[in-house]
Amino acid sequence: MAIFNLKINNVDQQVEVDPATPVLWVLRDHLKMVGTKYGCGIAQCGACTIHLDDVAMRSCVLPISAVGDKAITTIEGLSEKGDHPLQKAWIQHDVPQCGYCQAGQLMSAAALLKDTPSPTDADIDDAMNGNLCRCGTYIRVKAAIHTASKM
Amino acid sequence: MTTIKTQFNRRSFLKSSALTGGGLMLGFSWFAGCKASVKEEVGMVLPDEWFDINSYLKIGDNGIVTIFSPNPEFGQNIKTAMPMIVAEELDIDWKDVIVEQAPYSQKLFPGGPFGQFSGGSRGIMMKWDALRMAGASAKHLLKAAAAQKWEVPIEEITTKSGKVFHEKSGQSAGYGALARAAVGMEVPEEVPLKEPKNYQLIGNSQKNVDGKKIVTGAPMFGIDYQKEGMLVAMVVSPPAFGMTFKSLDNAAEIKAMPGIKDVFSFKTYNDGYKKSFFDVNAFPELIAVVGNSTWEVMNAKKAIKASWTATKASSATIDRFGKDITVNTPAGLESTVEHNRQMETLFSKPLKVVRKDGDPARVFKEAAKIIERSYSAPYLAHNCMEPMNFFADVNENQVHLAGPLQAPGLIEPVVAARLGVAEKDIKIEMTRMGGGFGRRAYAHYVVEAAIISQQVKAPVKLMYTREDDMTNGIYRPTYQAIYRAALDDKNNLVGLHIKAGGIPESPLFANRFPAGSIDNYLAEEFAIDSNITTGAFRAPRSNFMAGAEQSFLDEIAEAIGKDPIDFRLELLKRATDQPVGEKNDYDAERYAGVLKLVKEKSNWSSASAKVHRGVSAYFCHHTYAAHVLDMTIDDEGQPTIENVTCAIDCGIVVNPDAAKNMAEGGIIDGIGNAFYGEMTFKDGKPAKSNFHEYRMIRMSEAPKNIEVHFVNNEISPTGLGEPPFPPIFGAIANAMYKATGNRRYHQPFLDGKAVLG
Repeated sequence: MAIFNLKINNVDQQVEVDPATPVLWVLRDHLKMVGTKYGCGIAQCGACTIHLDDVAMRSCVLPISAVGDKAITTIEGLSEKGDHPLQKAWIQHDVPQCGYCQAGQLMSAAALLKDTPSPTDADIDDAMNGNLCRCGTYIRVKAAIHTASKM
Repeated sequence: MTTIKTQFNRRSFLKSSALTGGGLMLGFSWFAGCKASVKEEVGMVLPDEWFDINSYLKIGDNGIVTIFSPNPEFGQNIKTAMPMIVAEELDIDWKDVIVEQAPYSQKLFPGGPFGQFSGGSRGIMMKWDALRMAGASAKHLLKAAAAQKWEVPIEEITTKSGKVFHEKSGQSAGYGALARAAVGMEVPEEVPLKEPKNYQLIGNSQKNVDGKKIVTGAPMFGIDYQKEGMLVAMVVSPPAFGMTFKSLDNAAEIKAMPGIKDVFSFKTYNDGYKKSFFDVNAFPELIAVVGNSTWEVMNAKKAIKASWTATKASSATIDRFGKDITVNTPAGLESTVEHNRQMETLFSKPLKVVRKDGDPARVFKEAAKIIERSYSAPYLAHNCMEPMNFFADVNENQVHLAGPLQAPGLIEPVVAARLGVAEKDIKIEMTRMGGGFGRRAYAHYVVEAAIISQQVKAPVKLMYTREDDMTNGIYRPTYQAIYRAALDDKNNLVGLHIKAGGIPESPLFANRFPAGSIDNYLAEEFAIDSNITTGAFRAPRSNFMAGAEQSFLDEIAEAIGKDPIDFRLELLKRATDQPVGEKNDYDAERYAGVLKLVKEKSNWSSASAKVHRGVSAYFCHHTYAAHVLDMTIDDEGQPTIENVTCAIDCGIVVNPDAAKNMAEGGIIDGIGNAFYGEMTFKDGKPAKSNFHEYRMIRMSEAPKNIEVHFVNNEISPTGLGEPPFPPIFGAIANAMYKATGNRRYHQPFLDGKAVLG
């Protein structure tokens, strides 16, 4: 066990956990922030996507000991009032079906837009191919990213 | 005027909620803690007092209405659509409605084990009357309260947008002001319903009521469930089908691991328990490991050493919807290679004849030409994005269960029997599900969670890892079929012969189209027992037969030189004008309707030469769906699906944009499963355990565009979760043939391979 000082969604947090614990489980179990989802545990589905500084990371394979002083952003901190352009676009396009993968989709999309404010379809495919959705909302996800990029 | 009987009568239906008072509220819900945010979230002023009108709704003193969505939500968006139907008949503006998930309750929502069931695309269809009645009868009570107060005849009272009016005297009042009096009004035997042409809300798209929560990561799924003192549990199951638990070999070592509270083996069902159809379970004895946190329990689970032994062949009587059937479970470690050989062998033996019209033996003997093709499909894993999980808190007074499940009414008696408690002492809270697709109708994991909680005397959340989820069974069965067509010397289709079988069930629907359109018809089937467990998977059996049938019809059309849509329409015309046989279970005119609509909307007659098109149509789960799929192929042989045009007849469409979303999802999921979906076995062991091995469709592989068109009619609504899914398999097969000249008969069609070569 070791103590880790974290900055999550601009709030300082301290946890005492096994250094190998993935950030996903620190968020979900220790900090009760359950917006970030478990899907596969091996970085294949993207449901657990968070930002480490501004980079999209799969938190299910990211040990807490590797975070260092980098800032963590989760879906709960993507915007203060749920009004990030992507969140607004997601609602405008009524994207979700079951909704389970959508936090990960949004976090991947948000990292894309920071890097590439006006992405092409190909840019979106590249950035979003790591996020699985069994319900099959991909067309709406893509449309919503385009809409958000114009907001 | 359309009227509806208040069929549950005033005592059991309309007044039950008043009697139970606060029982309607999810008083025991951890999620209820999140409700304080409702006010600011929706910009809505909450009332000081609520009045329970019936099981489906309560009205606040300020006119705000809470509508309870009775069935569990797994992405089909009934949590929006069902309350819309209530609100339509109630005449309340949607902006004044709060939607909540109802708890499971036979008292509030009578209807037996399937009363609050999500599955079989039957939610809206089965609840259509009850939802309309709930809204219409509540509206009647409000009108009656106004009539009494104003001393005017109720017939002169009208309603609009949450208000009651008496035009003659110029009086009006909001629902909120009348709600208290409405509770005391008499419920008539019948209430009038709106004519579909007068709908204001139904047919106008409304956003997903949980949209804001979903995009902000609010807790709402079973896996998000928390309770003070809750422990995390996981299970270890045998490494292969055909194996069972023998011993746990390092319990002391596991218990000493950090954060671990207990490790033990348990039986999911008592010996001699008579299972029902949905109690499928390949691994009836498991090891549970329980601890403080998910990561600690995951580590302990990996460190468990156990011994397993081969199962023995067994035979059990199970209750299949009230009828006893015998299920034989063989011993042994099964493999896909052997399965395929077993099925192929059976085709040459006498099979069970399910339907025979005319004289198929003669027409095949005399045929000028016979076309014969074989089709196959593998097992599929459901792969819901949220792995199986459930919360259980079993104590002396009560069993509190919460989590994702499709069929609370099926699992409650099972839990009661296993724990030895009364059903009345079990409370089931239905969380939003991260997908279901049939998998969560088999709720052995609920029983497992309850047993573990009882054993450790603490609230527990049972979590399956992705590997557990993918290797635990309840797969879509594996199937094969042979289709044969007899053509006479004038190239007329004179006979059709279908042989279909699977492990462990036959996929055949003998009375579906094209049965009824061909004079000489024979349908035969077989099934082979297995110890690999299977279950319902999005459009069971249809999800194989549609692809085979619609691919075969294209081959016949080509052989006789007809356009594939025209050929299907000719068969359907025959089935309309002079149907063969009496058991045909489809409406040929509605079937033809979706084909005509998709033909028009896809500009079928003037297609671009650059795209390769495939058509397919199917009827299942009471809804008709037709697709035209446009494919292009690049120089490396990689396919791109440029567009899918889809036509659907599901009767009245309650929430059109959400209905389109559902159809898009079914199409994309179908393309993914047709191209890549496959689970195989070797020596009883599933060959794939996570998404690095089990290929799922990803964004770049989805169609670039999907257009969904609905047939406009006033027929009572039917389901949408399943019907768009099966026909896409045929549309892909037919487009791939056009693109390459080679026809694919065996799923998955791609699995990493390019189309060409």
